[in-house]
Amino acid sequence: MAQVLDKPVELRAPVTPAERTARRKALMEWIAVHSLGVAAALFFTLPFVFVFLTSLMSDSQALSRDLIPHTWEWGNYRKVFDTPGFLTWWKNTLIYAGLGTVLTVVSSIPVAYALAKFRFRGRNLSLMLVISMMMLPPQVVIIPMYLFWAKQLDLSGTLWPLIIPMAFGDAFSIFLLRQFLMTIPNEYLDAAKVDGCGEFKTLVRVVLPMAKPGIAAVALFQFFYAWNDYFGPQIYASENPGAWTLSYGLESFKGAHHTDWNLTMAATVLVMAPVILVFFFAQKAFVEGVTLTGVKG
Amino acid sequence: MSTVTLAKKRRPPGLAAKQRKQALRTLAFMSPWLIGFAVFFAYPLISTVYFSFMHYDGFKPPTWVGTKNWTYVFKNYPYFWPAMRNTLWLVVVMVSLRVVFGLGVGLLITKIKTATGVFRTLFYLPYLAPPVAATMAFAFLLNPGTGPVNSLLEKVGIPAPGWFNDPTWSKPALTLLALWGIGDLMVIFMAALLDVPQEQYEAAELDGASAWQRFRYVTLPNISPIVMFAVVTGVIQTMQYYTQPLIAGKVASGVIQGAGTQFEPGYPEKSTLTLPQLVYNLGFQRFDYGSACVVALVLFALSMVFTAFLMRRRGGLNLAGD
Repeated sequence: MAQVLDKPVELRAPVTPAERTARRKALMEWIAVHSLGVAAALFFTLPFVFVFLTSLMSDSQALSRDLIPHTWEWGNYRKVFDTPGFLTWWKNTLIYAGLGTVLTVVSSIPVAYALAKFRFRGRNLSLMLVISMMMLPPQVVIIPMYLFWAKQLDLSGTLWPLIIPMAFGDAFSIFLLRQFLMTIPNEYLDAAKVDGCGEFKTLVRVVLPMAKPGIAAVALFQFFYAWNDYFGPQIYASENPGAWTLSYGLESFKGAHHTDWNLTMAATVLVMAPVILVFFFAQKAFVEGVTLTGVKG
Repeated sequence: MSTVTLAKKRRPPGLAAKQRKQALRTLAFMSPWLIGFAVFFAYPLISTVYFSFMHYDGFKPPTWVGTKNWTYVFKNYPYFWPAMRNTLWLVVVMVSLRVVFGLGVGLLITKIKTATGVFRTLFYLPYLAPPVAATMAFAFLLNPGTGPVNSLLEKVGIPAPGWFNDPTWSKPALTLLALWGIGDLMVIFMAALLDVPQEQYEAAELDGASAWQRFRYVTLPNISPIVMFAVVTGVIQTMQYYTQPLIAGKVASGVIQGAGTQFEPGYPEKSTLTLPQLVYNLGFQRFDYGSACVVALVLFALSMVFTAFLMRRRGGLNLAGD
């Protein structure tokens, strides 16, 4: 409140009527803004709260209209973990997301660097093509891609058709990294070259240490992308439950536990929780990434 | 002409070699993407065009059928026009509500002076919820029988809608889910709002401008490129809208996966059909790869129109380079 009124203390003593109305107006505004804020906060958090509460209900209570559990059934989470396949989905998701992220970052950095700092013919065209690829729904090319992976390479029933392409640069990551690298002044690169570094050495020794926040943002986005991906696993892994990921398995879990909202919600919590935990550890990098791709210009 | 030859003559020795080295260096740095572009974009795109004129079920060799797939999709495929209508609905209602709400929440967060960080995090979190999990959560929250939302509505005495089980309410329910995950737009608008020069507000206030006038004549003109960006990317995202409508329909319809059952998309009554779902339905449920490619190309054309629009705008995507 002090921040809003923001008036030196000595001015407070002789209060003129005009000052009093101004102060009252500021107070009213503070109250209005913060009540709106609390209302919005309820809208954003209550779904999480209800999901979590339901995940702790007994089977019969989850089918009732009660909002608060009568008995706190922490065993629901155990039951979810004991579901056949659940741990495999975890393992697969971590492989897809982890390996995919590493490959994406490693393959996208040199491309982003070239697009940001080299001068060559076709650079703007390449950048436009990168953006076009970024905006393209994955369904556009899925038929030939599926035929390629499934019929020619016989890789359906695995996650490799989703992981291997990440070794060849991901359009969104290239674009985001390029935006970040543009903000690094050329003087640093020139200085490195004067010291005798080649392009590769400049990239590794000078640019990468400065680009850490951008790389962190890209890694996070890519990790979340893989974690959240439903369409990819649906196309390539659906025939083999041993290759399912959490996002894909969660839906079948609901199918198998059709009326058990409590177990479904417990599984939902277990899919959401890691993403939210990662966010808390890397909040800054994440928000920076969102603004970089959107606003800078 | 003569100047060019002159310039060539004056070139110091070794320059051509240097240029060749630079070209090779560029090629080396760009190579991961160049391969990716060829194998995962150019080749499959051309292939998609080719298959759109073929009859192909994945088993018998493809045969040329001319424009038969195209007429089938546009004239006889029962899902195509409902999906187009739904997409239009989502573009008009969901995208504009998301932009208005995102701007509103962005404004609110810039006004909040107490515990700003806490509010910002709470507002942002839903955006991170994995789409399958978030949709599942909303299918539960909004389920007409025992869901908390309808329980509360009935307690207050408001008639409770059928949400994901009612064709008139399924898209509003999806819109609600999209508004819940407003975090991305909130952050973008927040950054834009903080960039508006403070002097302009002070000048407007000196001129006696009301809060609305300050918003209308100072804030809006300053952030209009960002509003535009949010609208266009919103439209592009709508073209890709897949997981949420599919999962919502599946969960609400109660179809149990596996055991040979196939989910007919769009439950209830085609009201949640979107174009990407048609590619899946035609290609992977009906094994009509040719017609699936037709829908894929429609999707491609629509996405590219809006992407071109986005790229033509100054500032939107920072294409200007150095």
